[in-house]
Amino acid sequence: MLFYSFFKTLVDKEVVVELKNDLCITGTLHSVDQFLNIKLLDISVAEPEKYPHMVSVKTCFIRGSVVRYVRLNPAFVDTELLQDASRREANNIKGAA
Amino acid sequence: MSGLEELLQSKVLVATTDGRIFVGTLRGFDQMCNIILEHTVEREFNAQRGVVIVALGLYIIKGENIAVVGSVDPEIDESMDLSQIMCDPLPKIAV
Repeated sequence: MLFYSFFKTLVDKEVVVELKNDLCITGTLHSVDQFLNIKLLDISVAEPEKYPHMVSVKTCFIRGSVVRYVRLNPAFVDTELLQDASRREANNIKGAA
Repeated sequence: MSGLEELLQSKVLVATTDGRIFVGTLRGFDQMCNIILEHTVEREFNAQRGVVIVALGLYIIKGENIAVVGSVDPEIDESMDLSQIMCDPLPKIAV
């Protein structure tokens, strides 16, 4: 659940979601759920001449399973905190097993 | 899965993992992202002939095939001349 919590800290920030079909969607992160499905507001698709399929879409829900990358502004991420949290979660899993 | 709640009863555009585009009214969904679409039409994108619209009716799309569900802005959508848009369909998502 670490990355679910992590993505929740990025709500209202601008992110770029790259799908597994190379489509890049930029938008403001509105919500995320436990499957890492992502909802974006005020979206724009990169290369609109090549991908005009979604020009009339302003708000979209992206299924977590089709996401390849989520590109973030490094200013929004405290990498040390994230590393610590990852380590703690890994230890918890080890401890439980 | 609260993400789709706000799109209920509105006109949505669904991009599937095989690269097809469906437009219809979102009538229901569940945790797996299975969705019910009413008055569905498919928009077949084609680099030679412009967009072909195929009326389909009531559809259930299984969640595993869904890539994106977007709410359609009716103003922008109606101002577009789809028959003039010549482009290839969206790429497929390999499974």
